[in-house]
Amino acid sequence: MAEILQEAPGRSDDRTTNERIMAALRSRPALGVALFLTLVVFWLLGQQQGASLSDLLSLTVWGVMLGGIIALGAIGLTLVYGVLKFPNFAHGELVTLGAYGALTISALLPAGPAMQPFSFGWELMAGLILSMPIVSLIALVVDRVLFRPLRLRFASLVLFAMASLAAAFFLRSAIYLVWGSDFLFYYPGRANPAIEMPLGIRVQADQLFVFGLAVVLVIITWFLLERTRMGKAMRATANNPDLAQVRGINTERVIAWTWILGASLAAAGGVMYGLASQLRPEMGFWLLLPMFAAAIVGGLGSPIGDIAGASIIGVAQQVSSSFLNPAYGPGVAFILLVIVLVLQPQGLFGQGGD
Amino acid sequence: MAKADLARAAFLFLPLVLLGLLVLPGRMRLRLPLSLVIAAVVALALPMLLPRGALTYLASFSTMAGIYAILCLGLNSQWGLTGHVNFGIAGFFAIGAFTSALVTTNMPQGALALYSQQAFGLGWPIIAGILTAGVVSAVAGFLISIPVLRLRTDFLAIATLGIAEVIRFIFQNERWLANGPQPMRGIPRPFDCVFTDPPCAWLPEGVARFVAPLAPRDYVYLYLVIVAIILAVIFVLLERISRSPWGRLQRAIRDEENSAAMSGKNVPLRRVESFVLGSFIMGVAGAVYAHYVVSIDYSHFNPLFATFIVWVMVMLGGSGNNKGAVLGAFAVWGVWSGAAFMIDVMSPALQAISPDLPSRGAYLRWMLVAVMLGLIVLFRPQGILEERKKVSDFM
Repeated sequence: MAEILQEAPGRSDDRTTNERIMAALRSRPALGVALFLTLVVFWLLGQQQGASLSDLLSLTVWGVMLGGIIALGAIGLTLVYGVLKFPNFAHGELVTLGAYGALTISALLPAGPAMQPFSFGWELMAGLILSMPIVSLIALVVDRVLFRPLRLRFASLVLFAMASLAAAFFLRSAIYLVWGSDFLFYYPGRANPAIEMPLGIRVQADQLFVFGLAVVLVIITWFLLERTRMGKAMRATANNPDLAQVRGINTERVIAWTWILGASLAAAGGVMYGLASQLRPEMGFWLLLPMFAAAIVGGLGSPIGDIAGASIIGVAQQVSSSFLNPAYGPGVAFILLVIVLVLQPQGLFGQGGD
Repeated sequence: MAKADLARAAFLFLPLVLLGLLVLPGRMRLRLPLSLVIAAVVALALPMLLPRGALTYLASFSTMAGIYAILCLGLNSQWGLTGHVNFGIAGFFAIGAFTSALVTTNMPQGALALYSQQAFGLGWPIIAGILTAGVVSAVAGFLISIPVLRLRTDFLAIATLGIAEVIRFIFQNERWLANGPQPMRGIPRPFDCVFTDPPCAWLPEGVARFVAPLAPRDYVYLYLVIVAIILAVIFVLLERISRSPWGRLQRAIRDEENSAAMSGKNVPLRRVESFVLGSFIMGVAGAVYAHYVVSIDYSHFNPLFATFIVWVMVMLGGSGNNKGAVLGAFAVWGVWSGAAFMIDVMSPALQAISPDLPSRGAYLRWMLVAVMLGLIVLFRPQGILEERKKVSDFM
């Protein structure tokens, strides 16, 4: 017995230098360093294109804020992936639905004055809060109609992915039918001046609000997952559905709550994204790639990792716009995604081992 | 019978023969004469039964459905044969279309150069363009497959979806490459001098006199023949391939990857090979599409038209069944085209619901296709025609 124990570390050193280098390259620290270096390279490229330090700092700050929005979507993706074990391609459409839902609700409410220094009034906040249960309801209906029958039949992962693609296109065409394809704004033409911050960073008050709300929502989510019974049940189901069921956890209820939590966060993210830019039917699809990238960079199934991944993706997208056409934002997210998939598919914080 | 009708019937003959060979049951010795006879009768009857507009519509419908069928065969060789979930068909389709366009056009000269930019224009013959499109698309597929195919199915789906988007962004934003967001125009059409007056010099006197009654707008009949030939060649090749030892190995990898690896097969390499094969076919489909529509831009290659609908076609027809892929292409394209008429008819009713709805009617078609896919996934995931597990009549 002792011999085996002594031999174990020795055996792992039997690897050739080449193998050891490859293993080191595929470790988590190496991944972190690679991602950090990518951001540094982006910064240097931006500087070479003549962007000033304060521009780059502003872009970085905006990137962290965009990261907040992406994180809200990515957490939903990760939760669904963890509990239901399939990549939900319809998640982007939940984001879009949240944004448009808040638009319609706030248009129905009497418009209040803008809450200085922000550009929006109380009715948008009401719209944000009310659109969350509405989008949750839509997600639950989609689950009941489409995913539950597949679940009961133990369908393969590919069928789930196809079903979610069908749901994505269905929801998106519904959005097109109801709201049309034009760009919409919550408050068309309302000024939203930037605030000067130290180091010449310029940020809009709305952006600060968006970031603050994202942080609050992420903390609430963390609390729900770590401290409540349902959160524990969710994590247990994600870990091992059969065992969770044996232990008396009602998996269907857990799945329902997963959809509610994921869809609510997506809806909030959609409203915030609409506030920071504009509303268009493709906005969710445009965010889908960054959300997937954030979820995978952070490690699928780890909400903490999502926040880290989303910040990296957000900063990379924004800083890259200093030297690249901003339309390539999702492309940049994709490049980071590929780096992660090549080096360490489990991501920064994911559970190791398949 | 008018001379023009006879000329059209002559063009319809070959596609109908191929259709007969595809649809009719029985041995080749029986099928060939039978489909020759039926095709001759139908080709002669169609121009007399249908008004000219309807016949031309039928021809252009079949041409587009044929192009989609090529795409479906490409997807089938990835998904049906080896089980790759490629959600990035649009990317390979776009690479094929733009490659062939760049290779076969000439650099814009003079005043045109101010409006139209492209990286290069080689002016090669169209057949070279189509083959180059396939090769470039296959190389792209190879480069992509290296990092991605080692991964699990779901990561492949996400990664290919991303690749297609990145490729579309490039063709949308890079003006120097293929005229950026503006369409790339003037892509040559094969043999389009046949219908001009005077016709091409190389055309024999008799043939020239035979097709003389046809005008350039009848070009689609000729292109239908070209698409039918390319589709038939790819179909026969894929049928042979999927019954060959290599094809059987691909299915083994799809169904039982571990036992295939334990039998000493190089699983990663084989997976890459089938991905590259599918990319090649998709690239060819892109080239065939580009030479048909003459003017292409990035918006033709969005995920709906070029990825989603192809998946619906293959899933409906039957994954792993090449006949099913062709059937699915025609069926779904029929529903898609028919829905346009339906929405036109419904437009007063839509107007009554909301004044905005008729202009958004196109999105009802999206919805219809999405519902179709949902129903297939829920109720018949194996499709109309199931995969033929038996690869040889001797086994």
